[in-house]
Amino acid sequence: MAIIVDRDTRVLVQGITGRAGTFYTDQAMRYGSTYVAGVRPGLGGTEHLDLPVFHTVAEARTATGANASLVIVPAPNAADAMVEAIEAGIETIVCVTERVAQHDMARVRRALAGRDTVLIGPNSQGILTPGQCKIGVMPTRHAQPGEVGIASRSASLTPAVLASLAQAGLGTSTTVGVGGDALHGIGFVDCLRRFRDDPETRAVVLIGEIGGREEEKAAEYLAASDYGKPVVALVVGRHAPKGRRMGHAGTLSVFGLETAQDKIAALSRAGVLIAADAADVVPLVQRALKGTA
Amino acid sequence: MLLSEYRSKEILRQYGVEVPPARLARTPDEAEAACAGLNARKYVVKAQITAGGRGLAGGVRFAATPSTVRDEAARMLGSRLVTAQTDARGEVVEEISVEAAFDLRRQVFLAIALDPESGHPMLLASSEGGVTFEERVRMDAGAVSTFLLTDAVAEDPAALAVFLGGIGAAGPLPAATVLSMRQAFIDNDMTLLEVNPFAELPDGRWLAIDAKIVIDANALFRHPEFEGLAAGQRLSPTETEAQRANINFVPLEGDIGVVVNGAGLGLATNDMLVEAKGKPANFMDIRTTATSFDIARGVELLLAQGQVRAILLNVHGGGMTVCDTVAEGVAFAYARAARKVPVAVCLGGQNAEWGLKILQDRKVPVTVYPDMKAAAQGAVALASGGAR
Repeated sequence: MAIIVDRDTRVLVQGITGRAGTFYTDQAMRYGSTYVAGVRPGLGGTEHLDLPVFHTVAEARTATGANASLVIVPAPNAADAMVEAIEAGIETIVCVTERVAQHDMARVRRALAGRDTVLIGPNSQGILTPGQCKIGVMPTRHAQPGEVGIASRSASLTPAVLASLAQAGLGTSTTVGVGGDALHGIGFVDCLRRFRDDPETRAVVLIGEIGGREEEKAAEYLAASDYGKPVVALVVGRHAPKGRRMGHAGTLSVFGLETAQDKIAALSRAGVLIAADAADVVPLVQRALKGTA
Repeated sequence: MLLSEYRSKEILRQYGVEVPPARLARTPDEAEAACAGLNARKYVVKAQITAGGRGLAGGVRFAATPSTVRDEAARMLGSRLVTAQTDARGEVVEEISVEAAFDLRRQVFLAIALDPESGHPMLLASSEGGVTFEERVRMDAGAVSTFLLTDAVAEDPAALAVFLGGIGAAGPLPAATVLSMRQAFIDNDMTLLEVNPFAELPDGRWLAIDAKIVIDANALFRHPEFEGLAAGQRLSPTETEAQRANINFVPLEGDIGVVVNGAGLGLATNDMLVEAKGKPANFMDIRTTATSFDIARGVELLLAQGQVRAILLNVHGGGMTVCDTVAEGVAFAYARAARKVPVAVCLGGQNAEWGLKILQDRKVPVTVYPDMKAAAQGAVALASGGAR
């Protein structure tokens, strides 16, 4: 078991013919995931990396039964690509594109309203169920199947945590990169819900950072529910320079410019085990797993 | 990108939002001359810096006559304003705005931002605007109420008018003004539009007395009109150079240069350094698109800073940024540098061994640590020992 993606996931790639699209599709296929198609308007009917290429997502889905999409296109085209996949009925959409404009993402959020689509990203490293499916750009070298679920806002910190988990002989059920942007798809709370319902996941690690309200919302959710599985959180940016803050702090705090300390306090009150730093995550997970054995 | 107050209000004016008559001035002479065109009985001189908290720091002064406007301008221009939101060095006042001053009957706070859940523009409003707003909100988050500015609201603003009546801005005029602000917010790819105070004059007019706009830098591709503004963001030469080399670089005051790939890893490294009693000289995040030459440029920028006494290299290779690319960049910078400060190294992930071999073969003065915490502590020790 795993959450969101597994060995039955069939992936198409929007932007497969680009430099990054080619590189990461090739890597993911070598890793052993099921990639079935590419989409590139104007290049339908051709092949790329031995996969059939289609003009549109709808055509690709009908022809190949794809149920997931990797969006890896330039930022100005990312919102159109996500909306196309949403409207074509793709169940899981992973957007790794960085620097998508906020008003573009607002349009994507409006397109998601009332649908069951799972959007991961943008500015996400993607999602990985070790040995079964990788959609995204994350390294897989240290990922092995196991019992720890990870939801992370940081693409760069996650592989370091995965590596130290592997060193301790621990693997992961699924790792979800929720992305670092203000407006995004799936968040910590949705990941937590899915990990709770996944029998294989025995502990959850949240990797958070300053900005946004993901940590606060996770704390509210955990405080209000009997979660039943240990949750470990690392929140980075405790000593980030404050001089660069813009605008009225009071106003912006409505959207979550609370400090890392505020986030840590909220999570701690909700019963989450707080990692002192990146090196402290694995010892906490080990202790938590021993406690629930 | 944060726009100055003057530019923010200029955009609002173009959308039909009433703002006080104002002129921009760069010299005391210009400031005095500006008064003639304002047709006002009294004036206010406002420093055009981007940081908030300006009013409490002496950056907003009222003046009764053009000659006192001149005096205030002379005092402000060229000075450094230190506010609650700047660093200790403050921000230099290069421009001031001379505005007509009004008696205000009522002041409210308005802001528009995108609601991260629904994707609609969201109005945030409070019945108590003005300089004390922030303090009030910090004590009572419930003082701000919100209202979604959907397309339906733009068609029929009746519900919006009721909401605004609830915060003390009743009548058709505030609602119409908020819809103008909404249009400006959407058309210009703003991420924040803040008007504080939005004020009622004794004659019943409503004016945007002060405004702050943040434009989404990621949307500049469809706004060539803002390109000049991007250049005017007053980045230091180091930051500009780093931007060009695909590196996000924030200069700090310490003595340990930090080279990291990725923002989260950068924040984690910064936390570990500070907790090990180290003082970072910068925050650096190498973008995935950076080449080894870009990385070399970033390292050179660090070596050029005299206060840097050691470098912490913490890289987890993967995807398109692999360790050997970073090592090549560091080795290249060291080959050309006159000053070679010691480097505390933690390499992990893809091609870590190869990266380490490159650094050692090219005689970069590295000390290798098994994990990032040890490397952070090592960097602190190296910095206190000085260059070797």
